[in-house]
Order: sequence, then C-alpha cells, then structure tokens
Amino acid sequence: MTSELDIFVGNTTLIDEDVYRLWLDGYSVNDAVALRVRSGILEQTGATAGVLQSDTMDHYRTFHMLERLLHAPPKLLHQLIFQIPPSRQALLIERYYTFDEAFVREVLGKKLSKGTKKDLDDISTKTGITLKSCRRQFDNFKRVFKVVEEMRGSLVDNIQQHFLLSDRLARDYAAIVFFANNRFETGKKKLQYLSFGDFAFCAELMIQNWTLGAVGEAPTDPDSQMDDMDVDLDKEFLQDLKELKVLVADKDLLDLHKSLVCTALRGKLSVFSEMETNFKNLSRGLVNVAAKLTHNKDVRDLFVDLVEKFVEPCRSDHWPLSDVRLFLNQYSVSVHSLDGFRHQTLWDRYMGTLRGCLLRLYHD
Amino acid sequence: MPGKLKVKIVAGRHLPVMDRASDLTDAFVEVKFGNTTFKTDVYLKSLNPQWNSEWFKFEVDDEDLQDEPLQITVLDHDTYSANDAIGKVYIDIDPLLYSEAATVISGWFPIYDTIHGIRGEINVVVKVDLFNDLNRFRQSSCGVKFFCTTSIPKCYRAVVIHGFVEELVVNEDPEYQWIDRIRTPRASNEARQRLISLMSGELQRKIGLKVLEMRGNAVVGYLQCFDLEGESGLVVRAIGTACTLDKLSSPATFLPACNSPSKEMKESPLVHPPSHGCRSTHNSPIHTATGSRLTQSFSVSVPTLIYTGMGSGSAGKEGGPFKALLRQQTQSALEQREFPFLTLTAFPPGLLVHVGGVVSARSVKLLDRIHNPAFVGIMGNTRSYKLLDWNSFNSDEPETRDAWWAEIRQEIKSHAKALGCHAVVGYSESTSICEEVCILSASGTAAVLSPRFLQEGTVDGSLEQRVEENLPVGCGFCHIPYDELNMPFPAHLTHCYNCRKQKVPDVLFTTIDLPTDAVVIGKGCLIQARLCRLKKKAQAEANATAISNLLPFMEYEVHTQLMNKLKLKGMNALFGLRIQITVGENMLMGLASATGVYLAALPMPGGIQIAGKTPSDGSYEQHISHMQKKINDTIAKNKELYEINPPEVSEEIIGSPIPEPRQRSRLLRSQSESSDEVTELDLSHGKKDAFVLEIDDTDAMEDVHSLLTDVPPPSGFYSCNTEIMPGINNWTSEIQMFTSVRVVRLSSLNLTNQALNKNFNGLCENLLKSLYFKLRSMTPCCLCHVNFTVSLPEDELIQVTVTAVAITFDKNQALQTTKAHAEKSLQRASTDNEELLQFPLELCSDSVPSHAFPAAKEHPESASSNSGTPAAQRAVTVEKASPMGDGNFRNRSAPPCAGSTVGVVKMTPLSFIPGAKITKYLGIINMFFIRETTSLREEGGVSGFLHTFIAEVFAMVRAHVAALGGNAVVSYIMKQCVFMENPSKNQAQCLINVSGDAVVFVRESDLEVMSTQQPAVNCQPTCTGEVTT
Repeated sequence: MTSELDIFVGNTTLIDEDVYRLWLDGYSVNDAVALRVRSGILEQTGATAGVLQSDTMDHYRTFHMLERLLHAPPKLLHQLIFQIPPSRQALLIERYYTFDEAFVREVLGKKLSKGTKKDLDDISTKTGITLKSCRRQFDNFKRVFKVVEEMRGSLVDNIQQHFLLSDRLARDYAAIVFFANNRFETGKKKLQYLSFGDFAFCAELMIQNWTLGAVGEAPTDPDSQMDDMDVDLDKEFLQDLKELKVLVADKDLLDLHKSLVCTALRGKLSVFSEMETNFKNLSRGLVNVAAKLTHNKDVRDLFVDLVEKFVEPCRSDHWPLSDVRLFLNQYSVSVHSLDGFRHQTLWDRYMGTLRGCLLRLYHD
Repeated sequence: MPGKLKVKIVAGRHLPVMDRASDLTDAFVEVKFGNTTFKTDVYLKSLNPQWNSEWFKFEVDDEDLQDEPLQITVLDHDTYSANDAIGKVYIDIDPLLYSEAATVISGWFPIYDTIHGIRGEINVVVKVDLFNDLNRFRQSSCGVKFFCTTSIPKCYRAVVIHGFVEELVVNEDPEYQWIDRIRTPRASNEARQRLISLMSGELQRKIGLKVLEMRGNAVVGYLQCFDLEGESGLVVRAIGTACTLDKLSSPATFLPACNSPSKEMKESPLVHPPSHGCRSTHNSPIHTATGSRLTQSFSVSVPTLIYTGMGSGSAGKEGGPFKALLRQQTQSALEQREFPFLTLTAFPPGLLVHVGGVVSARSVKLLDRIHNPAFVGIMGNTRSYKLLDWNSFNSDEPETRDAWWAEIRQEIKSHAKALGCHAVVGYSESTSICEEVCILSASGTAAVLSPRFLQEGTVDGSLEQRVEENLPVGCGFCHIPYDELNMPFPAHLTHCYNCRKQKVPDVLFTTIDLPTDAVVIGKGCLIQARLCRLKKKAQAEANATAISNLLPFMEYEVHTQLMNKLKLKGMNALFGLRIQITVGENMLMGLASATGVYLAALPMPGGIQIAGKTPSDGSYEQHISHMQKKINDTIAKNKELYEINPPEVSEEIIGSPIPEPRQRSRLLRSQSESSDEVTELDLSHGKKDAFVLEIDDTDAMEDVHSLLTDVPPPSGFYSCNTEIMPGINNWTSEIQMFTSVRVVRLSSLNLTNQALNKNFNGLCENLLKSLYFKLRSMTPCCLCHVNFTVSLPEDELIQVTVTAVAITFDKNQALQTTKAHAEKSLQRASTDNEELLQFPLELCSDSVPSHAFPAAKEHPESASSNSGTPAAQRAVTVEKASPMGDGNFRNRSAPPCAGSTVGVVKMTPLSFIPGAKITKYLGIINMFFIRETTSLREEGGVSGFLHTFIAEVFAMVRAHVAALGGNAVVSYIMKQCVFMENPSKNQAQCLINVSGDAVVFVRESDLEVMSTQQPAVNCQPTCTGEVTT
C-alpha cells in the first residue's frame, strides 16, 4: 500500500514554526523528518514516523506555495488563497528575510550578481549553511536591493514599506543594500574580526550623514532636483573632503592641532605619550582617508584603511577604548579652534560619522 | 420583467503577466448575464487595472435571475490575435433575491481559470433593483430561502414544517459530447461548470416552487448532489425540508407569514411554471413516475436492514388512549404527504417524540445509455444550449431517475411503518457510480413526531397543552414507538432507566444529532466500521447482480462491527450514523461513521464474550481467555476514558446484568443483559446462523484483533461526527475547519479481503492519527462533524476525503458543567417522576418531550453565554483564540472596501459558531469547480495539484461570503471531490462541489458590549428568549 496523494488543507493555514525553520534552513524533507525525530517529538506526541513524514511534507508544500508570495510580502497580505492571521503573516515574512550572520559576512559589500551567486557553493561549504538556505538569503538581498535601489526617500522606510519587515531587520537590510551599492570591502583578513553588526552600525551612520538623502532632508535646499537617495554617497561631499587635506599638509596647522589636543588631554590618557608620538601619523591617516574618497576604489577600501591607519596602530599601543573616545572627541573638537581652517561644517560632517564608526570598529 | 441587475467592475489586482515583452497585461472585462454581454474599456499595461466602469444594467425576468449565474470574464486585449482569457468569476446572485439576505454583493473575487487556477483578483459590485414591490415578489419562487443547515436556522423560528421536497434535473455531460473531442480542455471545463451552475439554479427554482405550493417560505436541510453518470449524463438532484420560518426579531407574524403567499399565489402568473414552457418539465415527477419505463433498465432491489435495538423483553400493557390519539393526529398530518421525510437532524423542542431506529434502502441500477447522441453542435454559451436538454430528446430520463428514487423512498417509508413510525427524520440520499453500475442509497431514522409543527393551526389546543404538561426528562425519544405485543422483529426491551415507565431497546442507532435534551453519561466518541469486499470484474447485469448479492453481507458486517465497537466503548447508542457503500471495478467498500454515546435511559451494555468452538484444547482455551481479558480491559479503559459511570440502579428494574454462559457457541457477539430469549438477538438479519463466525476461522481472529487495534485518540482529543460532542459544552471560539485527502495504491498482488480490510483500516486510522498530530497545538479540542468519504477512482486506488472542524474547549470548566448538569438532570428526573404520578393514568402512559424543557440550556451555543459563565473566564477564552488570529477578527457588516486587508471568514461544517451569535443568513453558497492540469509534475505532483486546488476552493468560498457581507460559512460541506490522474501523461483533473450557508455572526463578547451601549439591538433579546424558554 503506497500513498499516492496525502494532503491537509485548513481554512486557517497551519504554520508549524519548527518545520518552517527547518525549511528555511534548507533541509530536505527527509533530513527535516530525521531532525524532528531527534527532537523527541515522537515520544511527546505518540505519533509514528509515517505521520511525521506526512506532516512535514504537507508543511513543506505549503511553504513552497507561500514562497512566491513571500517574495513580495504585501502580496501575502492581500492574497485570498491562504487565510493566515496577521501575527502569523508577520512571523512568516520576518523569518523568511532573516539571514545568518556567517552568511552575510561572506556577501556583505559584494556585488549581488550572478558571479557572486556562483560562489554560493563555496560559501555553503565554508559556513556549513545549506546551499538552499544560502540561495534564499542571497536572493533576498538581491530582491530587496533591486526594489529599493532606485527609490527616493528613506532607505529603511522604503524597505519596510515594500517588505513589511520589522524595524531592526529593515535597518539591517538597509546596511546590506548600502554596502552592496558602494561595494565596501569587508572580506579582507584584517577585517575578519568585525561583525555584521559593526558594519551595519557604520552603514547607518553613513546613510544618515554622508548620502544624498542626508542632504535632501535638510530644509536648506528644498528645490534640489537631485534624487533623494540613501544608497549613494553624496558625491559633492566626497569631492569637498579634499579640502580637509590642509589639516595635515599645512605644517603649522598640524602642529597647532596637535598641541591643542595634547594640552586638553594631558593627564587624562593612560597612553598619552603614545598618543603624542603617534598624533601626526593618526591625523594623517584620518585626513588622507577623507581626501581619497573621491575615487571609487578608495571608497571601497574605506574600512580597510580605517583599520590599517587607525585601529591597528592604536591597538598595537594598547589604547583602552575610553582613551580612544577621549582622543577622537578632542581631535574633532580642537579643529574648531584652528583659526586658519575654514571647513568646519565639512569637518564635522566627516568626523562626526567617522568618530562613531571608529569607536565601533575599535575592538579585538 | 421583475428585475434589473446592475454590475460595476471596479478594479483588478495581482493579474498575471500576459505580455512577455512588457511583463504587463492589457486587461478588460466581459460581463455576461443570459444572452447579454457588456465590456469594459481596455486598461493598458497594468497588473492592477482600475476600470471603474459604469453600471452595466441587465433587464431580466426573475426566472433568469434564479437560474443564471453572473459570468465575469477577464481577458487580455491583443490587437493582432484573439484575446487571451485570463480567467472567470461566476457569481450566484440568488442571495440578492430575498429581502432579508444580502442587499449588495461587493468585494474582491479570485479570478479563476480551470487550467491555471486563481490568477489575480477582481473587484465587483452587484446589485438587483426589483421593479415589483416586495410583497408580490415573495410569491415567486425567488423569495424562498434555502439553508444547508439541517436544523432550524438560529435566528428563525419554525412555524410549520411542511415536509419533504425533492427534485432532479438531467442533462448530457458536456465532457462526453462529440464536440469535446475538438474543443480545448478549458472550453470543456467551462461548459461543464456553467451547465452545472445553470442546472443548480434551475433545480433550486423548481424546489422553491414546490415549497410555495406547500405554503412554505424556506427549505431547510437543503442537500444538492451531482451524479456524474458519464456517458449517460449528468444528474443534479436535491432534497430538503420545506418549512415556514419566522424571523425571530419579528415574532408577531405568526400566521400572516404563511398564509399570505398562498393566497396570492393563485393570482400570480409567476408561480405557474408551465407558462414558461419547456423549462419546467417536471414539477411533480413523483406522480407521473409510476409506470414509466422502468423496465428498460436493469434493477436490483437489495434487501434492507432495519437497525434497531435488539433483545427480548416482556410486553407491556401501556399504550393508552392518549398515545393513540396523538398518533392518529400526527399520522393524518403526515399522510397528506407522499413521503413523510425530514432532512433535519436536529429539531425544534417538542417535535421529536420517539425514535424507532435507522431505516435504509439500497438499490443497484444499471445506467442507461442515452439513446440520442443528441445533436449538440450549437453548444456555445447561449441559452439554447440548455433548452436542448432532455425536453426534446430524452424526456424519459428524469422520470427514470425519479422512479428509481421514488422506489427507494417507498421502501424507506414502509420500513418506517414496520417500526411503528410514521415519519423518517435525518433523511439523506446518496449514490455511488462505477462505470454503468449505480448504487442508490437512502437512509434515515424512523420516528414518531408530534403534530405541533406539522400542520397550520389544526392542532387541538388542549391536546397540545396536555402534551406539554406531560414532561418527559430527556428520555422520551428513546421509548419504543412500536407496539410491544406486536413487534416488527424480536427485540429486547427493558424499562427506561430514566423515567422507569416506558420500554426502551437496549441499543439505539440513529442518523440524527443527539437531541439537546437527551441525558447522556460521560462523553461520546467517533465509531467507525470499515470493510472491503473483493468482487470479480464483470459487465452490466452480471456485475449488478454480483454487487447486489454482496450488499447484504456488507451491511450485516458493518452492523456487527459497529455493534462490537460500541460495546467495546461501553456505550449504548449511535447518533449521526452514516453508512457509505462505494462501488469500484473490483471491490466494494463500506464505511460507517457514527458517534457513540451512553444514553442514561438505555440499559448498560453488556460486555463482549469470546468463545471457542473446541473447548477441549487447553492452550487454545488459554488463548481465548487471554483475548477475553484483553477485551474486558479495553472496555474498562474506555469507560474510564469517556467517563462513563452510570449510577447504580436496583436490579429488580433492570434485570440481571450477569453474562449468560449460554452464548459460548458464538465467537464474538454482543451479549444481552436480560435472562431469557437471548438467542433471538439477530432479529433484523434474518437467519443468524448464516453470519456466525467460527472460532477456527482465521478471519474471525483477525476481526477480533482489528477490533482491538483501533487506537483511542491521544489525550486532549475527542472526536465525533455529530454537531456537538456530548459531555463537552464549554467551547472556546478557536475553530479550525480542514479537509484532508489521501489516495493510496494497493499492491495488486494477492489481494484478499483480509489484506484489503487491513489496508483500509490502516488508511483510516493513519489519517486520524495525522489529524491529531497536526492539530496538537489546539488541545484540549474536539474534532466535530468528522465526515469521511470513500471513493474508488481506479482499480487499485482508494481515496479517502475527510472534512471536519476542530474546536478547542476549556477543559476545567467543561468538566464542571457536565457533572453539574448530569446531577441536575438526574435529580430532575426523579422529581418529575413523582410529579407524573399525580396525573391521570392516561396521561402518564406516554410522554412527549416538550419545548418547555429547561434542559435546552445545554445547547452548545448558549452554553457559554447563558449558563452564567463568569466574565473573567470568558475573557480567557477570547484571549486564547487570538494567537490563531481569529480572535482579532473585526466585525464587518459592510462589505470590505477595496484595498483593505482581507477579512477573516470562518468556515465550519457545524450549524453554529462557538462563542458567537449568528445574526443574519445571507444565502446559500453552492459552488462547483473543475481544475485540470497538463503539467502535473511542475505543479508539485498530485499532492501539490490538489492541495492548491482545495486551498483555491476555500479562497473562492470565503471571497463570495465576504462579498455578501458575511464573515462565516456554516453547515459547510464538500459534497464531491472527484480526482482523476494520468501521471504518465502528466495530467490530472479534479471536480469539487461545496455548499454551505453564508452568515453574519457577532462574537458574544462583542454582543454584550453592544447591548450595554444600545439596548435595542434587534435580534439579540429574542434569540436569548428562544433558547431559554
């Protein structure tokens, strides 16, 4: 006696969260059944393996049918075929778009293209995440990217509106889209110690301050015909950053800056002497990063540069985080007292964000 | 011309991409009714077109309004080639035709294509303007309300129950016409869907006319079925119970409601169907059927069984003049009707007096070929299509079918008579067709009814009063209706354990729901008998003969299984019994489902005793005694499980409960408690020897084993196939209706009856286990109205379809109330008995349940509201439901507006919604869909295909209900699910027919809020009044 057909359809669509997780994790029906058996569900419920198999198949089929709708979450809300309570709909969507930390670190900043898709095999082997799950996560990134790429308005809002994600997840996706668009390098060995959270934090700061959107929101130029976009860095701003070079190119200015910082921090830093000796190097590093951002290539290397030019030197001198914070604050503020320097606003826009990023990036 | 139909096409959404180049669609809509078609403009390049059309107006007569569906076709405009159809929506506008139902149909409908399934949605608004005034309109059959619900709908009151109405119409099946060879599958499917829609409309209209003739205004328990007879045609038949109903909010209209239509009827030309010529050929086929060409067809009538109580007993002398009087009067009321049948399974208080037992009849027929390969070239979509039907060519067709059914009904009637009953309740009819053989089945419960509802104002007032004074205590219906001295069969009777006055059988089988006033001990459970019988493949008459020879054996065995399983559960009555016999190419399947309960009025069931035939063998004896022990243990366990602890009754009344050692000559048999005449048990089966199973028969052993392998549901689960579960009355509002389908392929090698039985048993048990597993998050819960359907689509395929609803209940509270209630009713029983003694002898000689009986309080719906549930506890139940989302439901009396999120529509096979009050019936939902695929693998194989289709059917039902302004479907039933596959060709086809009543319900918690805010809520006070009085 073999089963040809075996289905269960409820007026309210039954969603088993555990099975959904297994499905999202890319397990085959048989693997999922085996995993469920191992979880002890048979003993708890007194069911047989056959029942479990049939149940798993059913749920998988349902998820498969729902997947098409999950690709455009508003459709899930308006469709009539599956009657799903709103809380469950939210759960389905949220879980579907949730990604693995290990996976996102592999893909973050890469172009979301076919080429990268081909690398998924390797990523799967490396991370231990099933290929199926890698594909889903990759396709999610790509889908969100495609939809919001050319859109005006707040990136997070756009993502939330079109994918109905929670605030937290929408912010993460905003970071992913932002990184993919600007192709920031995140895969270098020296960047391996950084988590997705670190990058997402930086991305958020950069979106808030360095993009066209950040300018557009300012009431100063309401007539601007420029696209109000969160995904692209403000080209004009990057161009202007060249002006900061004077801070290190002008020897007097650099010395003055150094003395201002040293005076203010004397006795407050445990690594004062190291700071004093390194000041010019650090300042040069930070200002040069800014000046180079006109080139796409250097934009991509932003994080590599920051780690190389700032995080690593400080770390090798064992600066405590509190000292880094004090230093960066003083370093930024002191510029205001430099009489010969005219680009205060520009400096604040640059350094405000950079300070936040650096503090986040500064850990082991 | 009584009506103007107005249709507006608002918008579409989620349309499929029809133009691959642009990834967009240029959609427009055709709106068609009858022969008139309107078109919207083409909305270029959009998947979410906003047509916002003008109002398309159709001027039509009411007959068309009843028969025709509104047909909406969405197409993709193509400049150079033919426009591509995206899909269709059929809207039944019947609900707009009665004054109390919906006034507008408005909402998003799924656009359905028989090949691609649902492809987007369309927003439509439909209205009907009636030219004539309401009063005049009501006289046409349009005004008759239809209900699938097999009880008096919740917000109505029965004024008169007129009785049985039936009708059938026949046509050729478009699938089997020559043109089908040259048209596309889509065209063929659509022709079929449309035809069936037309036929259902026509059938409903004709039934409506009959109801008006009977001076009724509604059909309750309306059951419409299709017989796909293949080459010989398509039969659509329906049965129902004509009633005069009164809306509870307007209690003043007692008589005028039923009198006025009848008076004016004669003046109205509309009610004379012949004036419309050919379209109404058979308004009263019963009268003309006799002497029709029955001889043409081969027909075998199968001996029929009468299931009743068994046993023996001394004859009583009661039966006095009152009983006779009552009977006389009811009889005269009923005898005016050809068939005193009611399709109801639950009754207004006081209607059901006695229940005799189940009566059923089956007959095997050979389907005729249609002799005219009728000229149907002009199929098309025109009206003439329909006019071509039997009228001109095979006018004898419906008569043949009518005659077949008339014959069966006659048989049922005579069975009922033999049981001393003048009526049959819980009546239903079904067919099973395989190739050219057709088994027609009918079954019901023989009953004695009180005349109260059966005649208009003819009941003698004083008699009625006396009936009411003569309060029975929830046991009256168990009392035997037949004369003890002159029983139709040998039966084992005892004094009623409840009132101790009347005689009751030791076991009672019925097809109805458990009466609300019945006193039940413990909980009930689903009991199934399953059976397969191999049959040689044969042709025509030989085949029919073979089948009819097998049938009695199957019936007997099904009955034995049911009886044994009932005893094994320690119970003594079956409700909702439904026996389905399915015929296949090489086998017959029997599946009986019922809900077992322990009725306090009936004697305690005896155990089951096993005995060997050769007692000399020691080890054998041991084996037998081992088995016996196992059985006894199971019974004890079941009694505990279902909380069956009947109170001890003194022996002098019941007789000795000690098992009779005399029965050892049988392997397995039910044991009677009474001392003498035990051997007369198998009364209804003729010679019992023919069915005795010998002990050395391995089959017999298997039977015992299979009896013991039925696993009880896991803890926290109960199941029944009736509306409610006796012993549980504290439902929460969390419900989940579902359909589950399984098809298994039998290995064709060495099929034996035994192996088949085992397979079939395993299939059903596994299916149940799967359901329990899937619904485990809802525990404690009860699967109600569990409805199994078996079909044999191919040689080695068995298809089982189950539809049921899972309802959670509050465990602690449920236990309390049950106990309290049981105690209360027992108490009441004793006091009432004392009171009874004070009446003159003639009055207490019989007892009739009265509508004033206070036990009506235990009615499921009212249980939580009226029996004083503390508000805090109710809050808990509501909160509990919310994780499922149903709790978040927002009450919508108005149709959903475009763009809003989809409102929740509940579906349930029950006639009520727990924790809610039905405030309005919006009309009947009766939908037929065909789905076909030529890319089966791509759609996920057979499972994927059917899963999608059933989900789509649910969606379309919900959308129609929502568009009517409703938020639930009650009495939902999937009447047909015919699935055919051809995996080698990558093809499959499925036909599904569903029906139910669209309603508006208001959650009881909301109702309270409303009533405190505005005390003049229309229906509520009266509803409550009805339930408590």
